[in-house]
Amino acid sequence: MSPENTRDLPESETSGGLKTDLTLGLPGDSQVQKSGIKRGFSDAVHSNDAKAESQPPSKAQVVGWPPVRTYRKNLMKNGKYVKVAVDGAPYLRKVNLEIYSSYQDLSTAMGDMFTCLIICNVLNERKLVDSANGEEYVPTYEDKDGDWMLVGDVPWKMFVESCKRLRLMKSSEAIGLGSAAPSTPSKGSSTSC
Amino acid sequence: MINYFPEEVLWHVFSFLTSHPDRNAASLVCKSWYNVERFSRGKVFIGNCYAISPERMISRFPRVRSLTLKGKPHFADFNLIPQDWGGNVYPWIVAMAKGSTNLEELRLKRMVVSDESLELLAKSFPNFKSLVLVSCEGFTTDGLAAIASNCRFLRELDLQENEVEDRRGQWLSCFPDSCTSLSSLNFACLKGEVNVAALERLVARCRNLRSLRLNHAVPPDALQKILAQAPQLVDLGADSFVHDPESETYNKLKNVMQKCSSIRSLSGFLDVNARCLPSIYPICINLTSLNLSYAPGIYSKELVKLIHKCKKLQRLWILDTIGDKGLGVVASTCKELQELRVFPSDLHVVGNVAVTEEGLVAISAGCPNLNSLLYFCQQMTNAALITVAKNCPNFIRFRLCTLNPTIPDAVTMQPLDEGFGAIVQSCKGLKRLSVSGLLTDQVFLYIGMYAEQLEMLSIAFAGDSDKGMLYVLNGCKKLKKLEIRDSPFGNMALLADTGKYETMRSLWMSSCGVTFGGCKTLAEKMPRLNVEIINEGDEMEGRPDDRQKVEKMYLYRTLVGPRKDAPDFVWTL
Repeated sequence: MSPENTRDLPESETSGGLKTDLTLGLPGDSQVQKSGIKRGFSDAVHSNDAKAESQPPSKAQVVGWPPVRTYRKNLMKNGKYVKVAVDGAPYLRKVNLEIYSSYQDLSTAMGDMFTCLIICNVLNERKLVDSANGEEYVPTYEDKDGDWMLVGDVPWKMFVESCKRLRLMKSSEAIGLGSAAPSTPSKGSSTSC
Repeated sequence: MINYFPEEVLWHVFSFLTSHPDRNAASLVCKSWYNVERFSRGKVFIGNCYAISPERMISRFPRVRSLTLKGKPHFADFNLIPQDWGGNVYPWIVAMAKGSTNLEELRLKRMVVSDESLELLAKSFPNFKSLVLVSCEGFTTDGLAAIASNCRFLRELDLQENEVEDRRGQWLSCFPDSCTSLSSLNFACLKGEVNVAALERLVARCRNLRSLRLNHAVPPDALQKILAQAPQLVDLGADSFVHDPESETYNKLKNVMQKCSSIRSLSGFLDVNARCLPSIYPICINLTSLNLSYAPGIYSKELVKLIHKCKKLQRLWILDTIGDKGLGVVASTCKELQELRVFPSDLHVVGNVAVTEEGLVAISAGCPNLNSLLYFCQQMTNAALITVAKNCPNFIRFRLCTLNPTIPDAVTMQPLDEGFGAIVQSCKGLKRLSVSGLLTDQVFLYIGMYAEQLEMLSIAFAGDSDKGMLYVLNGCKKLKKLEIRDSPFGNMALLADTGKYETMRSLWMSSCGVTFGGCKTLAEKMPRLNVEIINEGDEMEGRPDDRQKVEKMYLYRTLVGPRKDAPDFVWTL
């Protein structure tokens, strides 16, 4: 079973009304897209419905907004940034894989990033667990060939090079995924909850 | 009575005048004061390099020792101005070299600086001490090598956010062994490697070094060796930090940090692994300035732990990954906070958790000394802004940027007019304001009515009609810089009070409603303004129709007429 197109997070039907579909658009945008961003005399429409009035097109088309210096924008582009999605969470993060030196490092960072998750020792293995309901999460990634694999199978550097995006799957969904044993290699001392 | 004072007395009195507005005012009193003032002015500030020529500046202020110049308009920072627009410093350096100016300090912002300029600078002014370049471009590390080699008394080399071509030469090694005078060295914006051994030796022999900002290429083990040589540092910037908290380097760094008890300001961390942050805990208690805005690798939990230790913070630059909760921690910990900047961490990922009005309200409640704000946020409300205005009446700079430029009040869906109105009404000392979100002419009515000290205003996607712009032009008596984009202001507003622009430094309007005809009329009426149109399209076929809207217009007052270095795509009307 391969995961669906990432544009539709599988939990969107059951997450209690949270809008988790990914679309290109500004946060708060609905389907309405205005074609022009200029507000010249003839376009200046005094609309009672402020919502419909204020729908500029997707971010990609507005030059220079938000006003962030090019220098800063370029700096943030460096490094190997991959998106991280967590099943059930309505937001994504991006991580720079280059700043971590091991899988342990990365999983610690995941725990920091997604504050609902904590690292627990389960049968002598470090696992990411939802602190609210005890559900285990398994880190998976999409590699260069588009296949979804379990994190931890290949040497760290090889992983950094081939990883295109990360997804923390509920472990109940991760059955049959990847090619090797589903365990993250632990280094040194274990961490307890 | 004061006219009978001998010049020496005037001279002595004027030596206490340090601010430019004071000196400018004094020079207008009478001819005698004008002369004494001009010969005694050592620091010259020119906010628009095209307002005056280098020759005239030198002839008026022959004893200039320190020159500050600004080139491109502010919106150049956001890609709104094409390459080769102008702002070249070379003519200034040539003129000062010819005039045998005793230049000691040069501070440039948004200017084009060639290696040739740097070489001429390095060789022409034997007492040159301080070079500060902010958001400049056009030079390479070869130019820096010339500065390092020739400026024997160099105290300060401060490169902030410049685009520098790194030739991977050995520019840092060009500082001679005899150079011991450096007190400030900032090369964080350079991308290439430096000779680390040369750097260590340089730091070791410059006992007055107070400020050091290294680039990403200086490895962590070099960092700890350098810090060991410079425990007197007050300001440190380190982009390349330790990754592995189990490593020997990490331990060494931790130990050496404990000895750096003078550090008050910290920045960099481009490349930090949050687990290594505890190494800086010892110095946090003394920090007054912290810039983590280039550190996307630190998330909320770690940030909060760090902030908890920084009780004396006055300035904080951070990414929005801190979240509203994290800002709450800032509010309860950093009671002396004066300046806060929250930058967007990711401009591309939808649904990224940014900060909202809640974080800002918390800060305003906890930090009553806040006077300077730059806040990129997901959403805002009028109620929040009204609360902020009440809590913090001391704002001097208030810049709010909603990621969606025309988003309304998140709760009421109304425009954000009332919120910003409250800010300008409450903050009587407000000098700089950037507005965003859904805004009508009403907000400009408030700004015109209440923002009496306002000097700079940035407007984007706001207003309904010419009235909006008119409220501002008529009301803000101290306005110096007005920059407007994508707003429905046209010729009527532009031409209503043409004399106003001679009291201002500059006006920028892009994607608005002004036409060629309107700009031409203005240019004809006001010979002491340069009205420049930037054309990026294929409109090279003669002059466009008067009724055609102008894409980008930049006008500024000047004493020297149209500039001679304007490129093809800039038309001075």
